[in-house]
Amino acid sequence: MLTRETIVNIVLAALLLAVPLAANASGQPFYVTIATRVAILALAATGLNLALGLGGLVSFGHAAFFGIGGYAAGILASHSFSGEPLLFGLSGTKQMPLIWVVAMLVAGLVGLLIGTISLRTSGVYFIMITLAFAQMVYYFAISWPAYGGEDGLSILVRNQFAGVNTMKPVSFFLICYVLLMLALGLFVLVRGSRFGSALQAARQNEVRVATVGIAPYRIRLTAFAISAAMTGLAGALYADLNRFVSPSMLSWHMSGELIVLIILGGTGRLFGPLAGAALFVIFEYLLGGLTERWQFFLGLILLATVLFARGGLLGLLAGKARHG
Amino acid sequence: MTLALALEQLLNGLQLGVMLFLMAAGLTLIFGVMGLINLAHGSLYMVGAFACAAVASATGSFWIGLIASFACAAAAGAIVELLVIRRLYDRDHLDQVLATFALILIFSEGTRWLFGSFPLYLDIPRLLQGAVALPGGAQYPVYRLAIIAAGALVALGLYLLIGKTRLGMRIRAGESDREMIGALGVDIRTLYTVVFALGAALAGFAGAMVGALQSVQVGMGEPVLILAFVVIVIGGIGSIKGALLGALLVGVVDTMGRFLLPQVLALFVPPSQAGLIGGAAASMLIYVMMALILAVKPRGLFAAAHA
Repeated sequence: MLTRETIVNIVLAALLLAVPLAANASGQPFYVTIATRVAILALAATGLNLALGLGGLVSFGHAAFFGIGGYAAGILASHSFSGEPLLFGLSGTKQMPLIWVVAMLVAGLVGLLIGTISLRTSGVYFIMITLAFAQMVYYFAISWPAYGGEDGLSILVRNQFAGVNTMKPVSFFLICYVLLMLALGLFVLVRGSRFGSALQAARQNEVRVATVGIAPYRIRLTAFAISAAMTGLAGALYADLNRFVSPSMLSWHMSGELIVLIILGGTGRLFGPLAGAALFVIFEYLLGGLTERWQFFLGLILLATVLFARGGLLGLLAGKARHG
Repeated sequence: MTLALALEQLLNGLQLGVMLFLMAAGLTLIFGVMGLINLAHGSLYMVGAFACAAVASATGSFWIGLIASFACAAAAGAIVELLVIRRLYDRDHLDQVLATFALILIFSEGTRWLFGSFPLYLDIPRLLQGAVALPGGAQYPVYRLAIIAAGALVALGLYLLIGKTRLGMRIRAGESDREMIGALGVDIRTLYTVVFALGAALAGFAGAMVGALQSVQVGMGEPVLILAFVVIVIGGIGSIKGALLGALLVGVVDTMGRFLLPQVLALFVPPSQAGLIGGAAASMLIYVMMALILAVKPRGLFAAAHA
């Protein structure tokens, strides 16, 4: 039995695959790159959605994990290029799978660290503390000159994936698309698991969860770390897409944008991040083509969404969410 | 390292702290009374700076500009409150964060539209130009001392306003029980607008004062906003006293850390390395301090009882 939301989801997933393939077939690689951007941003926001949508943890610092993933890719690639050993005699690498693992590990560990302190608080405190820690990482990246400091770090040639020519836009898009679908699958698994139920229950009523003998803190911390790792993976892909990493990936505007993607699409919904990312990139492309001041109008649209259209795009297309 | 240099840095830290207090006081008041997290507070800081720069260059007087910064920021605050913010009071924090994030985009691009992308410059008024000699022989700019004095005066004024006046009594009542003072016949909607405009005016005033030290440009409020968040998290959200102490702490620790850390490290490692590591470590210092304070007191040093 297909619900309306499932149909909308299938259509969205199919569109994201069909549009760039069609664009590629008709010789328009530019649109393939745009679709890749959508897929990567959706992956980053899906990571955040685990913490924010399921757990109700409004992290305003996920740019830190996005940027850390990006820097992991950039630093590994630069060491592989220069041949200098990285740490303890280990060398860099140009292999995407290895880079992804490192990006997820580092982002997840930093998430664990930030979460350990931030999750002691809740509400507004949590928002501000995650923001502050992300700023800390941002300022560190700016003032640490070894990897470009404020100027950022270029990745000269896109990293490699065995058997695929990653320099071809459509191949790289397919890699990102598959990873996005895997992440969405993981989201479904987590949402349906005992762990996911506890996480959602802790959002709805913390006291009850504690009463039945589950510690909300540990559940949340685990979710926060997984969420950070997923966003870190997206960061590594984003670095490879642009072949460039800079502190702007770590800036608080990025954190804000990730939340915006989720809200535009529909909070806590499986495909909310994808719908939001598609909408955001389309806005950016269309409005940005019309006026240099597109962020002004983005602000207005966002304000209207928050004030008047609370379910986001999926709320509009697929009706109310089944549970709040 | 000489005593004079250390004293100079200490004063710089105080000056930063005082400015942070002006921002943090507004933020913490707005959160305390209305329960609202306002990311657009940095935009009001920017509005104040631009108003001061524009009016000062039109009239030739910094002082008229300073009054304009106060008035414009208060007016902008009141308008925003009436149009947008009052719809957010009974929403959750996520909606508040997003709506005020949207306001930042609107304010920043709107200002760029009006004034262009180039920074404006604001001259220090003649009365406050020049420098005074510090004990130890260093020269310190009068204007920075004036900022410290102005901030201290505002802190005193806020203390009197909140502790001794009728409006202050309502604000305190609003912090402890919003529904009750509404039920007692206080026009709570007007009170909210007044509090928001007051916070905005403080931010605008801070922006104008700092505008004469740095350039006046779009986005200037954002780093200050985030520092102000650190301040109120450390001080305890909703507490003016906490905001004052937190602001001075953050201002002095940040400035002294940037000054001292490289020098301390230079005792152990070569100077070039020390500058590098020290600089990077100093930029993280206040966040580490925040983490440590939160590890001991998760609600800040002076948490309001109800928050």
